[in-house]
Amino acid sequence: MQRIGVFVCWCGSNIAATVDVEAVAEALSHEAGVVFSTNYQYMCSQAGQELIQDTIREQKLTGVVICSCSPRMHENTFRKTCERAGINPYMVEIANIREQCSWIHKDKAVGTEKAIILGRAAIAKVLLNAPLTAGTSPVVKRALVIGGGIAGIQTALDIADAGFPVDIVEKEPTIGGKMTQIDKTFPTLDCAACILTPKMVDAAQNENIKIYAYSQVEAVKGFVGNFTVTIRRKARYVDETKCTGCGLCTEKCPQKKVPNAFNLGLDTRRAIYIPFAQAVPKIATIDADYCTMLKTGKCGVCSKVCTAGAIDYKQQDTLVEEQYGAIVVATGYNPIKLDQFDEFAYSQSPDVVTSLELERLMNAAGPTGGTLLRPSDKTHPHTLVFVQCVGSRCDGGEKGKPYCSKICCMYTAKHAMLIREKYPDTEVYVFYIDVRTPGKNFDEFYRRAVEEYGVHYIKGMVGKVTPQNGKLYVQAADLLGGQQLKIEADMVVLAAAIEPDKSARPLATMLTASMDTNDFFTEAHPKLRPVESPTAGIFLSGACQGPKDIPETVAQAGAAASKVIGLLVKDHLTCNPCVAESNELMCNGCSACEKVCPYGAISYIDKDFRGPGRTTLKRRVAQVNPAVCQGCGACTVACPSGAMDLKGFSNAQIMAEVDAICK
Amino acid sequence: MQEQVRAKAIELLQSGTCDRILGWKTGEFFYDVTPAVFTTVEEIEKDLVYNAFCGANFSKYLIAESRKGGKIGAFLKPCDTYSFQQLLKEHRIWRENTYIVGLSCPGMCDMDKIREAGIKGVTGGDFTGETLSFETLYGQQEIAREAVLAERCKFCKSKKLVIFDELLGEQGEERETGRFDEVERLEAMTAEERFAFWQQELSKCIRCNACRNVCPACSCEKCVFDNPKSGVENKAAANSFEEQLFHVIRAFHVAGRCTDCGECSRVCPQHIPLHLLNRKFIKDINEIYGPYQAGADPDTRPPLLNFNQGDPEPKRGDVG
Repeated sequence: MQRIGVFVCWCGSNIAATVDVEAVAEALSHEAGVVFSTNYQYMCSQAGQELIQDTIREQKLTGVVICSCSPRMHENTFRKTCERAGINPYMVEIANIREQCSWIHKDKAVGTEKAIILGRAAIAKVLLNAPLTAGTSPVVKRALVIGGGIAGIQTALDIADAGFPVDIVEKEPTIGGKMTQIDKTFPTLDCAACILTPKMVDAAQNENIKIYAYSQVEAVKGFVGNFTVTIRRKARYVDETKCTGCGLCTEKCPQKKVPNAFNLGLDTRRAIYIPFAQAVPKIATIDADYCTMLKTGKCGVCSKVCTAGAIDYKQQDTLVEEQYGAIVVATGYNPIKLDQFDEFAYSQSPDVVTSLELERLMNAAGPTGGTLLRPSDKTHPHTLVFVQCVGSRCDGGEKGKPYCSKICCMYTAKHAMLIREKYPDTEVYVFYIDVRTPGKNFDEFYRRAVEEYGVHYIKGMVGKVTPQNGKLYVQAADLLGGQQLKIEADMVVLAAAIEPDKSARPLATMLTASMDTNDFFTEAHPKLRPVESPTAGIFLSGACQGPKDIPETVAQAGAAASKVIGLLVKDHLTCNPCVAESNELMCNGCSACEKVCPYGAISYIDKDFRGPGRTTLKRRVAQVNPAVCQGCGACTVACPSGAMDLKGFSNAQIMAEVDAICK
Repeated sequence: MQEQVRAKAIELLQSGTCDRILGWKTGEFFYDVTPAVFTTVEEIEKDLVYNAFCGANFSKYLIAESRKGGKIGAFLKPCDTYSFQQLLKEHRIWRENTYIVGLSCPGMCDMDKIREAGIKGVTGGDFTGETLSFETLYGQQEIAREAVLAERCKFCKSKKLVIFDELLGEQGEERETGRFDEVERLEAMTAEERFAFWQQELSKCIRCNACRNVCPACSCEKCVFDNPKSGVENKAAANSFEEQLFHVIRAFHVAGRCTDCGECSRVCPQHIPLHLLNRKFIKDINEIYGPYQAGADPDTRPPLLNFNQGDPEPKRGDVG
């Protein structure tokens, strides 16, 4: 027979104000198996823990029920407390009488009654608890970073600097991400490439970093410390080991009319290309959608001009399988598509551009060589209208995003300032809902645009943009001036909302990492664990977790790296002993559990069993790999015969809890 | 057809293809045809039948028979092949020890309907053709097979044999016979009416366990109703409500795996339309996750054991 001790915590007034703790302790003292029941002001305090330990020794307790806050808070504390007093840590149950009781009730009588019921359920469960021992699993000392933008690069550099090998998987032919497309960075206005490319080169030269460019994660198996990842290396049709990046092929290719994705389609490139001069790795890639040789089998110019003999039209995708201890997601963002915002005439006039397109139009390596020209007639624009919050902060509706994209106020101030600086003959209007520029030197930056550069900031939204006779007629409301405005503009720039990259959702499924409704990855705790996913071993870096500017992204990238390093320095991880177990005598071998297991923890063997009359029966039975099992319990409900059970959360224990509640 | 079946059975034994043959044999009454294992040509010539009363689905027997060593030959009707394939998917039958002869099926008959048609005092007859002829105490009587088809055969979902080693007769097609009409009728009822309907039907249950024992989906090594630790083990029923829960629990257990073979209702001595419980589940699964037929193919993942990003979240009230 078990000897159970019940400890009811006041949590100061957090619990005691709405739950009569004394009455709870008294009521629970009469439950079967309970030999001791008390209450105390702060059970998690040193004195509270000593009270528990002393009672365990004096009363020779075999199980402990603590009525306190959520097990997410102090379950570990109390398990360790009890372990030190000599009982198995898994003989401790927490009844959550704070978050699930005192905090949600106002009436003390109701709160007290419910606290007693929750305590009773925990006692019923602990009566069926069995001591569990945690095993350990080894840690593969290598990290994977998915996404090679500034977030991924920074995380990889920091992990590599700590001495651990790290691989970057980037879906584009080069690392660098969005930052490579940006012209200048706020609030210092230094050139983005000038600060990014040294980091790209560092990553390429670092002995601990391996870059899988033009590659994608195909499958992820395993668990924290022990992931197995399949990486698809897409065919470049160029041998990476031979290509010198000389670029001759990209000049001679006769297929000249390929929209240049790097310049957002504002100009064209060849079918074989290197995205930009500082690409890492600097290796040519054939665009299979446009290459005449790949499509018709006739051409082969690049192959003829390549002195290194690197062109390989028969190249196939290859799959690489690697082991990792930790995975960092750094999949970044994209501006939203603007087809639902036709009031701004984005699809009607080439002179209506997105802010990212404007970056290219102002960049020295862009389609205009850095001179701001209207895309339609290549003339100098005199009047520019910036529209803020295009698709951001749209609530309720079907178009746009409910959140603030965070970076637009700052980059628009930057654009306005740069244009006024370089072309003082221009008039620049910015239409905004609110200007949000908190951050170090950020508000000063915006004020400078208004006060020193004479940018016209107008509170109000643009209603309609009409292209006519080579001009853009902008109709807008000036809310502070209380008037309608009509502006004859040469160019309109839309601050399109940003959204997570489309590859993030399927990746989250592969990683079993959770996402919010906007497809941003969810952090384990929004305040206290901001760079970890709730899935163990998965970490978050950059805009995949929420809109971020470059300084924030780099800070978060470093934070994610430090968490990864903290994991990789360990030789072994303690496993969760609350894992599934199959009762072989009842198992049908039907594979239902194997099918629903999200972790691939279940396998099958054919096993000999003693049959009647000294016979041997061969039966197919399930086996659980305790190191892989995460204890989610999906298998226990899928099993038709009830052969699968979860240690620490057995069907019998849960039924006992339900019975205790319904008593 | 019966002669072809007998000839095939004899051929399989004599050629050594099979060591045993699972076929039908007339029981105590002519309409009481039971499964039997034949090991000699004499037994086959004497007892093996294939007539309008061969409703029994052999697939469940193959779980045990396929493990006995040697090769077991079995005759499966179209609906039986769905059950067989479903059991293969669940790794319950050792396929390599089985040899399946697929039989085309004109539909099986219901003795109650024959009696209702006024045919009584039967002493013998020929029940193998399109027209059943009875020798009765009152003279020769005939009736079309079509007129006295069992309920499940009237609403036959498929005449297609989905798996076999050899075909006897012709391959058929899937059919649309309105098998969910009755379920829709129940769905249209108010909750109170529906509860009353099921209480009325299920209160007839004598807990003989025939439905469970015949069901190919109920093939657990140890049934939850026989397991004292499960909390729902077989015991003297405290009240009729507990008996009714037996059927509800069983319907949940076979949901997504039930092929709608209709054996449960065929063997029920109390004539409870148990198949309607299972059909309701099948209908709901079809509506929520898209059309799915258990056992129709070897690969498709059962919707209840699969997760897709597009899976809808059924809301209260979405399904009847």
